[in-house]
Amino acid sequence: MDLSYTPAEEEFRARLAKWLGTTLPTLPPKPSPDDWPARRAYDTGWQRMLYDAGYGEVHWDASPTLRLIFLEETEKAGAPYVGANFVGLLHAGPTIAAEGTPGQRERWLGPILRGDEVWCQGFSEPGAGSDLAALRTRAWRDGDHYVVSGSKIWTSHAEVADWCELLVRTDPDAPKHRGITWLAMPMDADGITVRPLRTLAGSAEFAEVFLDEVRVPVANRVGAENDGWRVTMVTLSFERGTAFVGEVVACRRVLAELARTARDNGRWDDPGLRRRLGRLNAEFRALWRLTQWNVSEAEASGSVPGVGGSVFKLRYSHARQELYDTAADVLGTGCLDLDRPWVADRLSSLSYTIAAGTSQIQRNIVAERILGLPKGR
Amino acid sequence: MRFRLTDDQRALKQGVRDVLARLFGPGELRAAADAVGPPRLDRTRWRALGEAGLFALCLPERAGGIGLGLPEAVLAFEEVGRSLLPGPTVATHLAAATVPGAATGETVVTSVDGDLVEWLEESDVIHGDTTGATPLRSMDPLTPLHRRYVAAGSRAAGAARVGAAAPLQRGQATPPPPSTDTAAPHTDGTGTTSPRVADLLTAAEQLGTALRVCELAVQHARTREQFGTPIGAFQAVKHLCADMLVRAETARAAVYAAALTATPEDIAAARLLADEAAVRGARDCLQVHGGMGFTWEADVHLHLKRAWVRAARGGGSAEHEELLAADLLT
Repeated sequence: MDLSYTPAEEEFRARLAKWLGTTLPTLPPKPSPDDWPARRAYDTGWQRMLYDAGYGEVHWDASPTLRLIFLEETEKAGAPYVGANFVGLLHAGPTIAAEGTPGQRERWLGPILRGDEVWCQGFSEPGAGSDLAALRTRAWRDGDHYVVSGSKIWTSHAEVADWCELLVRTDPDAPKHRGITWLAMPMDADGITVRPLRTLAGSAEFAEVFLDEVRVPVANRVGAENDGWRVTMVTLSFERGTAFVGEVVACRRVLAELARTARDNGRWDDPGLRRRLGRLNAEFRALWRLTQWNVSEAEASGSVPGVGGSVFKLRYSHARQELYDTAADVLGTGCLDLDRPWVADRLSSLSYTIAAGTSQIQRNIVAERILGLPKGR
Repeated sequence: MRFRLTDDQRALKQGVRDVLARLFGPGELRAAADAVGPPRLDRTRWRALGEAGLFALCLPERAGGIGLGLPEAVLAFEEVGRSLLPGPTVATHLAAATVPGAATGETVVTSVDGDLVEWLEESDVIHGDTTGATPLRSMDPLTPLHRRYVAAGSRAAGAARVGAAAPLQRGQATPPPPSTDTAAPHTDGTGTTSPRVADLLTAAEQLGTALRVCELAVQHARTREQFGTPIGAFQAVKHLCADMLVRAETARAAVYAAALTATPEDIAAARLLADEAAVRGARDCLQVHGGMGFTWEADVHLHLKRAWVRAARGGGSAEHEELLAADLLT
């Protein structure tokens, strides 16, 4: 067991920190969270800067340890997170890199890395959320096109996306995990209607997407027809394995800010609150160690993180909610003021036990795939 | 960064597990739990543990030890925790460098911890002041306990929390005066000294319990049938088991990292998470066992009681939480 980094890794960290120190002050001010076009421009602009500096591929081409260092240092320095590039960089990109043809990799990977194109995720449907394989959006062949009809929901960034990683049912008679196909759908195709959904936090983070006989070239299929479920599992293991690394670092920073705020406003004198903050410190230290543990395992076993990601995701989503509940306690009645820091974050944190597989689904995964308990009720 | 066990560490862990299974397997555990009267320490077994190197693990080779570090000690004590081996293992291990015979298992060492002391009657050397210590009817049938009545307020003022400087030899006519030296560090025998090593080894034992009770619950849930199906197929049971594993794996990351950094903050975090994983894990394990879990025959109560005893070591969670809270302001 070893927590130290190699000289090459330390050199990467130092070079990155130096670059962040000179680059971040040149960034434009952050756009309003409700202004999606501005957010797209900001996030893709940041990705372009990373690309030009040689960090464009760090999410999927670097070793897991270098990726960990990248996420740690960018968060410490207060750099933007992936934002609107999330699906492209962390889902579609890695999936195309792993499963795409040389032509597909050439067509799509470069624009993702340069921040030229933004992707959204067309997985969930009104009748297929946690039970993703129950999806019903149909696609049938018409010459060298698939014709797609149905609807998707919870599609983040759909308003500003160029491409959608889309799961469709191509064989309605096959068992539900078979008969699914993974398509890259251009968002400017005819027959697509995007209707933003307002979240409980007041913002339009995601949308409903209606598909009415949308024509998608067969050449846009990644993996074989009816093999989309397997391709999707590749994507989801990325999502659960590494997507939250930067956020753990961010939570540790928020926790320290909470303690300072409590000291300044007198709440620190409450031993109950102090002890909750202390316990959260233990919690996020452990989550950081668990991240390092998972990354080391991933590095030893090849680079796709396994079901250990579910263990992390379960613990982390609840810890994040506890963090912002504690923030509310620090703020007192200020926790009802949406203009105060952390109040909107508290609302957003409510999605963490639902998005990317609910906690209940994650527990089933842990119980069945790690502990080997029988499938069932 | 290679934050995973090396082949040698894996082998060490397996070796300790094998030794413990030979010396204190399920049969011995059951016999000890069912024995009448206060538990007695099996001296033959204690010497065998000494021969196997449990107490000398971190002692330098020139002093007759094995010369390993804290990470290895933590892996060994995780196995000790799993096995529910009785005896003041942590105190004796920590005394290996300073008390003659401790390293070989000839001498049994215990230490006063706040107002409690484990295995007082059965130990040869006691670190700390035992004036006025009276036996408790210990909830854990495998850990005899004495309680020392500490005047109100004196504990907060710095009563001996961990081993004080002057060991008391049993049978000594005049006990040394009560020590108030709280700074006396534990030594792990490697030259690094830290007053928190006892906390870390306790956390390792709790981790062992957390992982063991998760295994017991899963074993039971796979085989016990109700309504014509293994109860592990029911989501309500499945989720209890998943939560046990998540707590144990989170604690594992914290405990192993603390063994590598040995900082007071990491050790405090490891204690908090490992105590939680052991105590809540044992309770959930009991729940998965249903009515059987509430009987003396199921081993799960032994794990829960030991987890409670260990959780009380070092004064409980408040001190660790306060330390970690203060850390946020630095």
